[in-house]
Amino acid sequence: MVAASETLNPLATGWFLENAWLIPIVPAIGFALIIFFGKQLPKKGSEIGVLSMLVSLGLAAGAAYQWIERVSSASYEQFVEPVVRTWSWWTIGGVDLTIGQSIDGLAVIILVVVTFISTLVQIYSVEYLHGDRRYTHFFAALTLFSAGMLAMVIAEDTILFILGWEIMGLCSFMLIGHWWEEGANSRAALKAFFTVRTGDMGLLVGVAMLYFASNEWTTENLGVSGFSIRGISAWALSGEPNSAVITVAAIALFIAAIGKSGQFPLHTWLPDAMAGPTPVSSLLHSSTMVVAGVFLVARLYPVFYTGLDILGPGGNFITVIGGITIVIAAALAFVQSDIKKVLAYSTVSQLGYMMLGLGAGAWLPAVFHIFTHAFFKACLFLGAGSISHSASHHSFDMKKDMGGLRKVMPITFTTWIISTLALAGVFPFSGFFSKDEIIDNVGNNGYTIFMIVGLIGAFMTAAYMTRATYLTFFGEARGASAGEHDDHGDHATDHGHGDAHSAHDGHGESRGPRESGPLITIPLILLAVLAFGSGFLNATPFGSSWERIKVWVEPRPAVVMEVAPSGPGESIGLPAAEGHSDTPCGKEAPAEGYCFAPKLEHAKFKWSKAFLSLGIVFAGIVISWLLSVALYTRRSKALVGLTERNKLLGAGYRLLVNKYYLDALYEQVIVKSIVGPIARAAYWFNQNVLDGILHAVARVNRAVSGWLYRNVDQRVVDGTVNNSGRATKGLGGVLQPIQSGKVSQYGALLFAAAAVAALVLVIINT
Amino acid sequence: MLVNQFLFLAAILFCIGVYGVIARRNAVLVLMSIELILNAVNLNLIAFAMRNGSPDGHTFALYVIAVAAAEVGVGLGMVLLIYRNRKTIALDDLSEMKG
Amino acid sequence: MVAQNIGFALIALVMIVGALRVVTTSNVVHAALWLVVVLSGAAAQYVLLAAEFVAITQVLVYVGAVMVLFLFGTMLTRSRIGRETDLNNPRWKWGIPVALLLFAAMAIALVSAFGDEKMPEDAAPVPVQVVSDQIFGPYLLPFWALSFVLLAAVIGAIVLARKD
Repeated sequence: MVAASETLNPLATGWFLENAWLIPIVPAIGFALIIFFGKQLPKKGSEIGVLSMLVSLGLAAGAAYQWIERVSSASYEQFVEPVVRTWSWWTIGGVDLTIGQSIDGLAVIILVVVTFISTLVQIYSVEYLHGDRRYTHFFAALTLFSAGMLAMVIAEDTILFILGWEIMGLCSFMLIGHWWEEGANSRAALKAFFTVRTGDMGLLVGVAMLYFASNEWTTENLGVSGFSIRGISAWALSGEPNSAVITVAAIALFIAAIGKSGQFPLHTWLPDAMAGPTPVSSLLHSSTMVVAGVFLVARLYPVFYTGLDILGPGGNFITVIGGITIVIAAALAFVQSDIKKVLAYSTVSQLGYMMLGLGAGAWLPAVFHIFTHAFFKACLFLGAGSISHSASHHSFDMKKDMGGLRKVMPITFTTWIISTLALAGVFPFSGFFSKDEIIDNVGNNGYTIFMIVGLIGAFMTAAYMTRATYLTFFGEARGASAGEHDDHGDHATDHGHGDAHSAHDGHGESRGPRESGPLITIPLILLAVLAFGSGFLNATPFGSSWERIKVWVEPRPAVVMEVAPSGPGESIGLPAAEGHSDTPCGKEAPAEGYCFAPKLEHAKFKWSKAFLSLGIVFAGIVISWLLSVALYTRRSKALVGLTERNKLLGAGYRLLVNKYYLDALYEQVIVKSIVGPIARAAYWFNQNVLDGILHAVARVNRAVSGWLYRNVDQRVVDGTVNNSGRATKGLGGVLQPIQSGKVSQYGALLFAAAAVAALVLVIINT
Repeated sequence: MLVNQFLFLAAILFCIGVYGVIARRNAVLVLMSIELILNAVNLNLIAFAMRNGSPDGHTFALYVIAVAAAEVGVGLGMVLLIYRNRKTIALDDLSEMKG
Repeated sequence: MVAQNIGFALIALVMIVGALRVVTTSNVVHAALWLVVVLSGAAAQYVLLAAEFVAITQVLVYVGAVMVLFLFGTMLTRSRIGRETDLNNPRWKWGIPVALLLFAAMAIALVSAFGDEKMPEDAAPVPVQVVSDQIFGPYLLPFWALSFVLLAAVIGAIVLARKD
């Protein structure tokens, strides 16, 4: 037992931590500047975008550095309070709505990831979208997206969280439909928006439920409203919540995460989102926006922990969805010929891993996987963009326009290979340290079936990536990669450079595929380095001293006695005499004080388990390589056309090509059956009821005004005026004879008046 | 003698004079009617002088007579002038101040 | 007393008749002569009222000078001597109610104010000396003003009646 009188260290804080709210402000200002001034600038606004992201990156790096110091300044078991600053922006009916930042380890790691990848993508886009028809607006939307995501990450309250979430959705729509002149692109953008929106209903429901359920407890105990994320976390672990309420809230929030992070069944929008420019795919739809759902679960983890009984026996909603997603997405990646779609399904599958980890109580491995996945997935997407930009002439079709590119594009090839190995989870690349940890912890926490699912997923990941790599970089050059690039009409997605053809030097003289320029390759190299090295930040196999991310990011499940209501807090009380291992957080309500994070299990690393997963991965690579060579290069008779000959395989193939008919289900059945009748009813209502009301009002108006005109205006008003004139004239006519000029008459009047006056006087005085 | 008998006589003369001013067309006749009025006033003054036993009424009456004389002189001068210009002294015709 | 009342009644009757004839006759000269009657009657009333100096002045000034003036004026304005019609203006009928109304007012006032009040019995005639003392005493200022008025009237009359 820790001595009861042990006081806690005051936590270090610093300028970057206190002012981390600037991190989303800078890109927001950048967005405004680009909108207003971008077109007049020499580089059409891209310099503002890059600059604002660099500034944000600097701020985020500073915040990360100071957070690490803060963690170091705490004692081993002390709960490292997040750096909180809030401002009240509206008070209504006793409810004080605040906006503010809450910077803890999770926020810091995601801030660094988002700002870093955003900066690289902005630099990449300067070259990639050069000469594009809406260059300035692209950078504006990209910057606004970063502002929105960063706002969501630092958010202290669920309102700001929702605001950032929605801004991201808007920017995703704008960016996917960047070349909206082609119908497919705008349809994809709409599909993305609506599918995510369907999930967003869960977000609103969940936030509202959590507010109403927790507000009383949080205001009483912590002095914050039910919108505060810290407040909700403490409430969830306090034993207060009604289990039905918190379960429903957790499920509602997870539905939002399903939509945003492309989990089954709302994953259908992600592959279609590849219609947007490649930088967008690499920023939004691989490393940053799609992890917003994972971030939501990680941020409000106590809600899910309590609501879905995460460390309890049996599976739960999150693990089931995550597991299903891993497998179905990986299966779909096998039948794609568009390289970006392969990467998209791969992203969906990896997101499934993250969700699986969170659902199984492997919080830190899932967050760490966000970290590593961002680097190697962004690198893969940017590599695909590099290929399309410089080799396959804007085509992403592996079978038609790629092949044998490893000789012509060495940098792209090398970075691609590094990232693929990382994605597959090969030691010592980063994916090994993160993905294997997930699988390990899932199994350790008792979800054995899901561990097996994870291993199967690892096999499939290695296999389809090998297939894609083979088709792209090995074998013979086909189509545009071979230098043929005539009819541009074929290029479906990504080709919108109508006005940029002049920018492509030497179109007439076909220069053929070549390596891309430095603005493209340098980000690739940087990301590949990180794809290799970022794993070492939390290399559990090497011992706990290598587990830096765990120390810095994972919230400690210590009981906090007193909480400062806002501002940079220090734990100014004693921990309830329990150490790390004895804390009640997560298992039961603390007797006094508050818990902000549940106690989680960590699997002990064993090399034997690692060898198993590595073996599976190698098997996947080798088998896929052999099959690819046999099918695509040697065109072996046994394999070519197999799916057409074999009925079972053919049915399976068709199922995969049609994406499990889910799109058909959603669009044809659900949407049409809802939209059609509703649209007709709305039209009927509009035409008959609304327009009817309008017409009736107009008719009444006309009648009334006509009546008013005839009776009031003409008769009364004009009558008054005219008649007053006539009366005056008449009166004048009547009075005129008095002024006759006749003296005798004047005299008569005079005397008559005098007589009357005299009479009156007499009568009065008598 | 009643006080009222003189006063009534004066009143009757006054009213007749008023009627004459109103009804008469000839300017000279109108002046004559005015003389009637003035005389009625004089009668009133003298009657009150006797009633009150003071000579103030006499004095006033003398002044009235003097003023009346002056007024008739001037008035007739004007009538002559009008006659010379218009060849008529019918008041009805002298209506330039009409309107 | 009785003699004075009878005398008053006779003279009053004559005066009223004369006044009526002044305003109703259709002959200008006749109107002037009837006015002489009225003025003379007034002088007689003054005597009854023990105002001898005023009576004499009345005869001298009014009957003697003013009436001569009127007759001159009548002659000079060529009002036809003899009977003539149309000496009343068209609205002569309006005068009757006015006069009657006025008379009614005055009658009511007189009756209610004086009723049956009698003149003082021992009224002595006011000597001329007393009147002159009043004129050249308390009422000196009006006397001088009056002299100016007369001067102005004389000058005015001469100016007006000049033949230029």
